[in-house]
Amino acid sequence: MSTGRRVALTGIGVVAPGGIGTKAFWKLITDGRTATRAISLFDATGFRSRIAAECDFDPVEAGITGADRLDRVAQFAVAAAAEALTDSGLDTGALDPARIGSVVGSAVGCTTRLEDNYRLVSDDGRDWIVDPARAVPFLYDYLAPSSLAREIAWLTGAEGPAAVVSTGCTSGLDAVAHAARLIAEGSADVVVGGAAEAPISPISVACFDAIKATSANNDDPQHASRPFDDRRDGFVLGEGSAFFVLEEATAAERRGAHIYAEFGGYAGRGNAFHMTGLRPDGREMSEAIDVALRRAGLTGEDVGYVNAHGSGTRQNDRHETAAVKRSLGSHAYRVPMSSIKSMVGHSLGAIGAIELAACALALEHQVVPPTANLEVADPECDLDYVPRTARDQHVDVVLSVGSGFGGFQSAVLLTRPGVTR
Amino acid sequence: MTATITGLGIVAPNGVGTEAYWPAVLTGRSGLSRLPEGHAVRVGGVVPGDAITGVPGRIAVQTDRWTQLALRGSALALSDAGLDPGELGPFDLGVVTAASSGGNEFGQREIQKLWAQGPDHVGAYQSIAWFYAATTGQVSIRHQAKGPCGVLVSEQAAGLDALGQARRVLRDDTPVVISGGTEAPLSPYALLCQSGNGSVSAGTDPASAYLPFDRRAAGYVPGEGGAMIVLERAGHARRRGARRYADLAGYAASFDPPPDSARPPALTAAIRGALRDAGLGPADIDVVFADGAGTPAADRAEAQAIAAVFGAGEVPVTVPKTLTGRLYAGGASLDVATAALAIHHDLIPPTAGVTDVDPGYPIDLVRDLPRFGSVQCALVIARGAGGFNAAVVLTAPAG
Repeated sequence: MSTGRRVALTGIGVVAPGGIGTKAFWKLITDGRTATRAISLFDATGFRSRIAAECDFDPVEAGITGADRLDRVAQFAVAAAAEALTDSGLDTGALDPARIGSVVGSAVGCTTRLEDNYRLVSDDGRDWIVDPARAVPFLYDYLAPSSLAREIAWLTGAEGPAAVVSTGCTSGLDAVAHAARLIAEGSADVVVGGAAEAPISPISVACFDAIKATSANNDDPQHASRPFDDRRDGFVLGEGSAFFVLEEATAAERRGAHIYAEFGGYAGRGNAFHMTGLRPDGREMSEAIDVALRRAGLTGEDVGYVNAHGSGTRQNDRHETAAVKRSLGSHAYRVPMSSIKSMVGHSLGAIGAIELAACALALEHQVVPPTANLEVADPECDLDYVPRTARDQHVDVVLSVGSGFGGFQSAVLLTRPGVTR
Repeated sequence: MTATITGLGIVAPNGVGTEAYWPAVLTGRSGLSRLPEGHAVRVGGVVPGDAITGVPGRIAVQTDRWTQLALRGSALALSDAGLDPGELGPFDLGVVTAASSGGNEFGQREIQKLWAQGPDHVGAYQSIAWFYAATTGQVSIRHQAKGPCGVLVSEQAAGLDALGQARRVLRDDTPVVISGGTEAPLSPYALLCQSGNGSVSAGTDPASAYLPFDRRAAGYVPGEGGAMIVLERAGHARRRGARRYADLAGYAASFDPPPDSARPPALTAAIRGALRDAGLGPADIDVVFADGAGTPAADRAEAQAIAAVFGAGEVPVTVPKTLTGRLYAGGASLDVATAALAIHHDLIPPTAGVTDVDPGYPIDLVRDLPRFGSVQCALVIARGAGGFNAAVVLTAPAG
């Protein structure tokens, strides 16, 4: 990708737990506050994990039209993309629609409405052969999550390449990387790209219960997401969305756009090991980091902040600690590395994009967000995880890593505009 | 860097494996049949029950039929390519699949357990079987593919988008990618969700329920299966003496404006983009594998787009998928496999079943019997519900 065109991030939009909009999001994570709480979106009595990081999202307030048609995940996506477009100051109407792309990451798509409607047509799971008389319109939009990319294309008036990227928990990183790739290779000049997820529904909560992947710290939800802390007991499910306006960099510079960051490099690898398990040595994630650095023309020493996957499961925290050490060597001990999942939970396919929003804002403000709730470090996690308090930090290059069910390992680099190359 | 197709793993309603599928396509043997009573859709393309072999029991319990079809297809494709992943470098094999509706039957069963029996009855595999990345993950594990792994979702266009992405992966640093896609959309709830989308046929006769470009066109029939495809750097294929079916010479994608827009559909942009990417002109194309949505409006739009690029009736057009139904994530992958076989064998398979082409459509539809003659370049079109367009150009192996 280093040989392609440069890509600039010129607009950011965020829908996150703890506050809607980029400003509220940045304030939450730099204050080190947590947005994890008891589940209110449905009655979670009888579930093992009854906590989540929920968005206080009002579609009317967010200006969403067609909320009856759109699953919550699509509403998040449209709201975040609209904020990113406004933030970019880009007049998309003045552009050739064929040169605008639309990319959305999501791991589980419109699962909430799929489940709600299944209850209706199956008489709460009693009937295997479902009842067409109780079917609502738009069911196909929920079955095929490609409808999410359609919504973004319609919002933007885009007629260039459009797709949903669905690689589980690395969807967010992979989607933004895909968006950048479309510009770098010349398939588009502008891409509205990001990710969204709204998985706080009974079936998703139950499926993570079944493998004890989520925290059951129901009595203390605010302190339940504890990446790298020795007392962690799993991740806390979250929801939300982040979108970016990505532009070919020289065009963005020419129009005098505010540039938060440049897209530096990306690589993905599979661990080919286990659908949910990780090898402790972190070799495949490390390979992704190494290749991303090489493509960006950077070395590990250049990295000033690592945004961790930091889901708060024991195997993940140790896996990625090993991976970062493997790639960054002794520099791994000097570079701050934090997990915002401690504050906004793990929103599956969305979180990678939300984390890239945090990374872009870290470059913008020269502040790195902390890992909340990190009090007693796991002895096997011995890096600088920026415990509890945000830090002023000179940062030119950020590395964001992700890891997901299915073995996906991804690494993205963002750079401060004008610093490298 | 030239990307070339060296392995086909076809799992289609009318044939599993190239040896079964290709004669079925040429002789018009259909895989469409009546679906059981009570389903919201009455005709579907069903892969025979005994077709999924080679998936061990411990994998079968943790996967949906959609993934099992892809596992079968991947094994066929690798074997067809004569490729042993163990002989490649540790990061030299990637997996990029198309997905559309995920693990339908598995998901319905688990949601049913949740609501009929309670949260602790949901099984441990729901978290890894239903989601759209399950197939790529399982194929990667099965064949120790540690290279770049991806999943693209753009309804019926996703098969071409996945191949476009696989080619990017080859361009970067990976010599071989398992690509393609499959679908298993015939479980009760999935069929109900499709039945109201305005494009699925209400027909009850497998012989007439899906007739794209025909005057009688009244929607499409859904089907299961698809094709997995080994895409490889041509140099790598040459060094190991592999057979090459065809090169992936061009790819482009576009998106239609909203239905209420005054702007024209964007399909021609995708077709022209793929031709440009391949460095070819319309006159170079020997056959177009059309999307064939099977509704009058979509058929007309596609026929007009083909005529706009190639001239009225100037290029043979075919829709072999009348024998399988539309396979969503598996559909365009299967079309690419079929186009690769057309190039390999120098003949154009027919569009079975269509007898009364709407005279308003300015296209030369290949009907009834295969058309023999040199096939050097094929264009494959795929359109996904909502507005997705993609086009791929395949060429006879060069250099």
